[in-house]
Amino acid sequence: MGSKLRKRPLRGAYPNSLMYPAFFLYLLLFFLPTVVSLFFSLTRWSLQDWEYVGLENFFMYFREAELRIGFRNTLIYAVLTSALKVIIGLYLANFLTSMLRSKDWLRSVIFFPTLVSTIGVGYTFSVLLDPFEGPVNRGIRTLASNVGLVTDGPGWLTDANLLPLLSIAFVDVWKGVGFATLIYIAGMASISREYYEASAVDGASARRQFWSITVPLVRPAMFSVIILSFIGGLRSFDLIWAMTNGGPGFISDVIASINYKQYQAGFYGLATAGNVILFIFVTALVVPLFRFLNKREVVA
Amino acid sequence: MVTMIIFVFPFLFILFTAGKDAKSAFRLDFSIPEEWYLWENLVTVIQADKYLIVRATYNTLVLTFFSVSLLVIISGMTGYVIQRKSNRVTSSASFMVLTALIIPPAIVPTIWVLQKIGLYKTMTGMVLIEVAYGMAFAILIFRNFAATIPRELDEAAIIDGCTGWMLYFKIIFPLLKPVTVTIVIIATVSIFNDFVNPLYFLPGEKNATLQQTLYNFQGRYSTQWHLLFADILYITLFPLIAFIFFNKKIIAGMTAGSIKG
Repeated sequence: MGSKLRKRPLRGAYPNSLMYPAFFLYLLLFFLPTVVSLFFSLTRWSLQDWEYVGLENFFMYFREAELRIGFRNTLIYAVLTSALKVIIGLYLANFLTSMLRSKDWLRSVIFFPTLVSTIGVGYTFSVLLDPFEGPVNRGIRTLASNVGLVTDGPGWLTDANLLPLLSIAFVDVWKGVGFATLIYIAGMASISREYYEASAVDGASARRQFWSITVPLVRPAMFSVIILSFIGGLRSFDLIWAMTNGGPGFISDVIASINYKQYQAGFYGLATAGNVILFIFVTALVVPLFRFLNKREVVA
Repeated sequence: MVTMIIFVFPFLFILFTAGKDAKSAFRLDFSIPEEWYLWENLVTVIQADKYLIVRATYNTLVLTFFSVSLLVIISGMTGYVIQRKSNRVTSSASFMVLTALIIPPAIVPTIWVLQKIGLYKTMTGMVLIEVAYGMAFAILIFRNFAATIPRELDEAAIIDGCTGWMLYFKIIFPLLKPVTVTIVIIATVSIFNDFVNPLYFLPGEKNATLQQTLYNFQGRYSTQWHLLFADILYITLFPLIAFIFFNKKIIAGMTAGSIKG
């Protein structure tokens, strides 16, 4: 890259070499493993040597109940957490932008959980939701007895049904809704006040304003929230691992936790196949979602 | 109102339980401690296992610092060039970013790769992993922001004899500061709290991060709630202090790049 003046003065200004470090890391630590995973998912593997088993690993994922449940749980978890974040986030954002006083404090409180250790949050809620000792059920028992009922309170994380997964989803939303709220607030900031003022002159109520002005114009922000929380939900691991380990048994396992369990047990081929499955699962769901949302955003 | 209670309640519980002695903590009720043992509990936690927490704090801070620094530098360079130039290399770079955003990394094969180059279970390897995983989002943000830096600036600098790497580091990089701050904040939070990646790539106590020690703590001190929550409180202090000081910056940073991704 000399300093002589050339015919096209921008020659050498943007050297490809600036991109090489990123490329290098990407190829080595992302692309290569992904390509290799397609091969090793077809083997029984111990990292040192491998034995070809064809699609056996994949069949196992569909045969074994404890593996198959991952599909259902992951989908439910992702859809539920993103839907709640999208809706509650919008509601909170609207609430925060329409109130005049003390909203900064509230906004900080709602957002702070996003910054805290997921493991810490998971353990805290595991304790809070403990069916026998936890404060939540204690409160429920007291309330119930005041009304004359006797109950132990729900087994939030211990029931052998969908409840543990739902409880974890609730904690996920508790932690993540603040981030969604902030994205919405930023999106709302760019909506011109004139719309609201003009519609107020025409006699529009706050509710009407919300549905006719805010909701349509906040679409880009909503789009971001949907995509980000959905992808995050599909790949979720930390919270589920901290709160139930996928249990009781495997009833709250998602694909990511199942893959970890296979890895822990030394079934590297199976774990790798699980990774490929997660890859396909996420791509198959997110790409159409992305396209669908993009089409609808044409106007704004 | 209700929202406040829902969001503040768990933190109060952490604080109160961390402040109790073993017996009253065991009762797990939501009550203010009669006597505050907060300091003693924190000290016990810090001293546990030969000051393991201190080592873990160091590891986590080192990991976060180096990963974020490297991430910012590499991603900025790449995002800038992608925005300015259009050729085969930049198109493949864009493709690389898109795939890295959606596709979950193949973890076990990555371990295999790291082993082959001797970086498995090392801090260096972990740093590279965090950078590699965080690159896509950062490059995206840098690319979008680079569009706001006028090309005339580049041309002026080149006419003055400045090219390539010099152009980037001397002229452009300082101008990227607002969005660099955003990336630093997002990456720091993400890497500091990262549990799953060190779990896979950095197992073992020597290199343990704070999240891992918390995880192991839960196994060892399972019903000694006052100690467990003291550990949780400790780990929460970091983001809390950062948030108190950088509140506005953090909030601005987190939302700046998020809308028109």
